[in-house]
Amino acid sequence: MPYLSKLVAAAAVGVIALGGSASAQTKTLDTVKQRGSLSCGVNTGLAGFSQPDDKGAWTGLDVDYCKAIAAAVFGDPSKVKYVPTTAKERFTALQSGEVDVLIRNTTWTIARDSSLGLIFAGVNYYDGQGFMVKKSIGVKSAKELNGATVCVQTGTTTELNLADYFKANNMTYKPVVFEKLDETVQAYLAGRCDVYTTDQSGLYSIRVQQPKPDDHLVLPEIISKEPLGPSVRQGDDQWLTIVKWVHYALINAEEAGVTQANVAEMQNSTNPDIKRLLGKDGELGKGIGVSNDFVVNIVKAVGNYGEVFERNVGSGSRLKIDRGLNKLWSKGGIQYAPPLR
Amino acid sequence: MAVVTSDRGRRQAAATQANFLYRPEVRQAIYQVVLVVLLLALFYALVHNTAANLRKQNIASGFDFVARTAGFDVSQSLIDFNSSMTYGRAFLVGLLNTLLVAGLGIVVATVLGFVIGIARLSTNWLIARLATVYVEVIRNVPLLLQLFFWYFAVLKALPPPRQSLTLPGGGLLNVRGLYVPAPIFEPGFEIVAATILLGIVAAAAVYAWARRRQNLTGQQFPVLWTSLGLIVGMPLLTHLMLGSPMTFEYPELKGFNFQGGMVLQPEFLALLLGLSIYTASFIAEIVRAGIQGVSKGQKEAALAIGLTQGQSLRLVVIPQAMRIIIPPLTSQFLNLTKNSSLAVAIGYPDLVSVWSGTVLNQTGQAVEVILVTMCVFLAISLVTSAFMNWFNRRMALVER
Repeated sequence: MPYLSKLVAAAAVGVIALGGSASAQTKTLDTVKQRGSLSCGVNTGLAGFSQPDDKGAWTGLDVDYCKAIAAAVFGDPSKVKYVPTTAKERFTALQSGEVDVLIRNTTWTIARDSSLGLIFAGVNYYDGQGFMVKKSIGVKSAKELNGATVCVQTGTTTELNLADYFKANNMTYKPVVFEKLDETVQAYLAGRCDVYTTDQSGLYSIRVQQPKPDDHLVLPEIISKEPLGPSVRQGDDQWLTIVKWVHYALINAEEAGVTQANVAEMQNSTNPDIKRLLGKDGELGKGIGVSNDFVVNIVKAVGNYGEVFERNVGSGSRLKIDRGLNKLWSKGGIQYAPPLR
Repeated sequence: MAVVTSDRGRRQAAATQANFLYRPEVRQAIYQVVLVVLLLALFYALVHNTAANLRKQNIASGFDFVARTAGFDVSQSLIDFNSSMTYGRAFLVGLLNTLLVAGLGIVVATVLGFVIGIARLSTNWLIARLATVYVEVIRNVPLLLQLFFWYFAVLKALPPPRQSLTLPGGGLLNVRGLYVPAPIFEPGFEIVAATILLGIVAAAAVYAWARRRQNLTGQQFPVLWTSLGLIVGMPLLTHLMLGSPMTFEYPELKGFNFQGGMVLQPEFLALLLGLSIYTASFIAEIVRAGIQGVSKGQKEAALAIGLTQGQSLRLVVIPQAMRIIIPPLTSQFLNLTKNSSLAVAIGYPDLVSVWSGTVLNQTGQAVEVILVTMCVFLAISLVTSAFMNWFNRRMALVER
């Protein structure tokens, strides 16, 4: 009898606690500042985008974006906690609050902008889906792949585009679906499937890591649009604005010719555009919730967009991917940012 | 003289006078009702809280997504499936794949487990030691590593399709799978099928008759060979007489892969092998415990009345050992079913991989998908343990 009454009391406490907890809207910027570091969702290991080196330090295009956001918010690019996520768990990690921002070569689609409760903050890499085969099977075009076996990762737009492409071209295929990137690549290398498919940047990244990269051929067809970009949770406009303008700051810095090397002396420039960009004029930074010299901090930390690209996936890296669509709009590409004024 | 009133009478008198609330039964009832109400309120609050949070974050909820087009394909399924079918059908595909591998795995693991368990108790030193090594090694290596071993280590050793290993009987073994000829049934095959059915019925009748005859007169009858003759021999004869109305379609290399024939994919084989061998090591120990739990006198008595070692094991020891074996065996069956969810690591499209993997990621509705997965596994486990409990009770009636 005393036991029963204690049980009742415990249950009562439980209900009151649950009912009493009001769902307060926490601002991500406040949470990040309070924590003292940014929690950034990245890939488990994709060369050029986010990969830990043998000492455990993270490098890559997406990693540099994490550093840029941390530099904007804290002034210190090292205040980042990198959370590696697989394709399956990346959205749940962002939805649940485990990460503040997801910069993980994720394609921007309408389904992801709506039913997942996320919103994308720009495109940091314009990509497309392609195929990679072993040169020994003698295929030169994706149209010759009727009846092939294809290795693909689960829960990606890759899986859906693959089905659509083969159906549109009246070809059949057999998919072999894995959860982790390593397992997918291992199966392709072991010969379990003829073709490996993912975004072209991923294909180049995987190919360069093989002992004999020339044994593999990336087929010329690009079968889909894959605009990769950072995403945040819906309902927090201030945080979305900050992440968006970090990306635009990188592009504007490249347009204005501000690099990691010359940012110190550029601060003494008399050019009104550069003065506004670097915070010497106006209260633009404070307007979005960061310090006025946030662009200076970003460029000091990682450089401008061009430098970030070339260092991680372009001519300064092992991947040697051409900038292509990712050039500035004035140079023939489609990277365009609204002006900082 | 004092008036002697009975205890009950005194209590009854007290009860009618005491306050309603002071009666123990009433207090108990009130506490229980309050507890149930509070538990229901707790549950309601949880559900309401979750729904409100999902709505606040604009995450879609509800089960409407089940009727949407899937947009992806799966590498193997027991029913037809392509990318223009719904998520609901994808769920069925995953469920059937899980049931297939779990069912076959349970059968293979039990057979293997019994063999290894009995082998461990063998008087032959080598066999006993081999069984011990098997159990100790397999039990102590994590299942995921074993699955990786079977899939990647064994898979990499197989040749590519252009250089397949030919097996006797027209089968082919290569890195894409085990290809076997598929039977094609021509019009005259119904008669052969009918003969097989007749053979099975006849064999059952012979078995029942032979048992009755043995109970009455003690004479034994070669039931096994007779049944074999009836079920296999008679239809074979009919098949040949009718001019072989069943041919085989052999797999042929066309382009990238083999067309024709039936294929067992390496993912399925690796998962089946890995799960069965792993669970068999646990079942072997359970069987050994069961056999050692039967008192030694039983075996000695069986030998004394003239049964051979094999007969004493089969007819006397194991039926009694089953009462000790069945409850832990149920746990191992449930473990095997749940361990089949590791299939996603080696690319086998089971329920967790298709439903809680691809569908969850494409729709983003984690709460509904995981809830359904949990309920499905709970249902499978409850059905398995219900069946095993019934089987256990049946076994218990055998003893006097």
